[in-house]
Amino acid sequence: MSGIWVVIEERDGRASRISLEAIAAGQKLAALTGLAVNAVVIGAQTEPLAAEVAAKALGKVVRTEHPLLAAYTADGFTLALQQFIEAERPDYVVFPHTYQVRDYAPKLAARLGQVLIGDVTGFAEGPVFVRQLMQGRLNGSYRHSGNGPCFVSVQAGAFRADEAQAGTAAISDFVPAIEPAQIRTKPSERFRGAAQTVDLGSAQMIVGVGRGIKDPANIPIAQELATALGAELGASRPICDNGWLPMERQIGSSGQTISPKLYLAVGISGAIQHLVGIKGSQCVVAINKDPDAPIFEVADYGIVGDLMEVVPALTEALKAAKQ
Amino acid sequence: MKIIVAIKQVPERDAQVRIDAAGKWIEESGLQYALNESDAYALEEALQLKEKHGGEVVVLTAGPERVGPTIREALAKGADRAIHIDCADLGSRDALGVAKLLAAAVKPENPDLVLTGLQSDDLGQGQTGVILAELLGLPHSSLILHVEKTDTGLTVKRELEEGWFRTIELPTPAVLTIQSGGNKLRYATLMGIKRAKTKEVRTVTAAELAVDSAPVAVLERVALPQKQKSTQILPGNPKEAAAALVEKLKFEARVL
Repeated sequence: MSGIWVVIEERDGRASRISLEAIAAGQKLAALTGLAVNAVVIGAQTEPLAAEVAAKALGKVVRTEHPLLAAYTADGFTLALQQFIEAERPDYVVFPHTYQVRDYAPKLAARLGQVLIGDVTGFAEGPVFVRQLMQGRLNGSYRHSGNGPCFVSVQAGAFRADEAQAGTAAISDFVPAIEPAQIRTKPSERFRGAAQTVDLGSAQMIVGVGRGIKDPANIPIAQELATALGAELGASRPICDNGWLPMERQIGSSGQTISPKLYLAVGISGAIQHLVGIKGSQCVVAINKDPDAPIFEVADYGIVGDLMEVVPALTEALKAAKQ
Repeated sequence: MKIIVAIKQVPERDAQVRIDAAGKWIEESGLQYALNESDAYALEEALQLKEKHGGEVVVLTAGPERVGPTIREALAKGADRAIHIDCADLGSRDALGVAKLLAAAVKPENPDLVLTGLQSDDLGQGQTGVILAELLGLPHSSLILHVEKTDTGLTVKRELEEGWFRTIELPTPAVLTIQSGGNKLRYATLMGIKRAKTKEVRTVTAAELAVDSAPVAVLERVALPQKQKSTQILPGNPKEAAAALVEKLKFEARVL
């Protein structure tokens, strides 16, 4: 067994932010278990990425390189990492919990008779790994049983990238054997959806609308609140899925990431996909009828009540305060 | 095209969940259940593909007897028949264990396409479909918003982070996990509900499928999350609470 291996994901030629968070998580797991922590980079040309990662406090950085790994495919990445893991026999494999990892890590784990403990927010002595259940209403503690490597992916923002300690790691190469016929899917270049005309990312005030609004006919009461505040209107995914507000107003992992001075969440329960998008908010206010809604775990201020009554009252109070 | 849609029954979104006495799962008695949201989108995609290209839509689910109404709902929306894996210990199986059950039921059906939602609203692991593909030896893609049938297989639109997408070509048979929002969901018609009563629901027990159930990832304890912030809840009627909030935002948080 060879300790902890962190799988790095590239974004625009560099290690993605959440990969650095995964390194920080790997280092913490190393401190907890007394194991060494290393990293593996994957692709067709990994030299700059490996050099960047080797400046962290890691034992080794291994370049898993093959021309067929130029574009991400689940088949290619699974084959490459399967061979790497069989050669290296790690105790733990730590991934950043990204859309790409979600696409292949469960497959890789299953191929090796294992199960990914995914979207982990923390861990403790044991180790036990904590992940959210029931849309963030509960936490579950998981333990890995049996032989073989333990696969874990860490949630965006659960660990701090700036806590990844610096150091100098030795770089080495691993060349997997992959045949073109083994890659069954053909990906195209990525593309943007509809033109992003609404930039929620730089807005200072945002009112977010969630399922609690119940009916598209009720959207105007949230719009009036936004107008009174001078805020942009945003929404959780289901509101955009239903077409009640355009997709470009979606806040969360699949939409925009926001960092306003004030975020006012109206009828938003606070599923994790939404919460990762609002982490940068300076002040969060939640209005929700359910006092147990996960949004209250991250809110600075809350009003528990019927938004149909609370929101118009707040709009009036804001108008009065401005006079 | 023969399509199998793997669906899951989950606690209703607004259900008040309580932790059970053993602290290992939620108290299930008295809970209302519903079809998992992204599975509803998987079913919708399957029904639209059938309407365009013909074929058959078979829904597949694992769970105890209470999943009956969820199966009937899928049949009422237009699925042709259903397979119910009768299994009372779903909660103690991990994602691999559940995928093994589903794979054992899918294999003899030889479908052209297997669809499922990208994740369940209760456990939220988002792994079952991907593992199912591995167990069946089929190519897959996840987080799919749009499916187009081609001469050689499928062209699908996959969602990436931060508003990006990617088009992927893959041969059939294949497994896709469907993201919510790609289609508009249909309601069951009165005629559909009536017809559903006569459609075939084949029940097979987990024991008959003979797959091992010992989990690798063991859920040991369920607990309420610790608050990340101490939230000030503003009391009073809506008017009082709103006025108090404006005061706080102005003079305490200083964001107005």
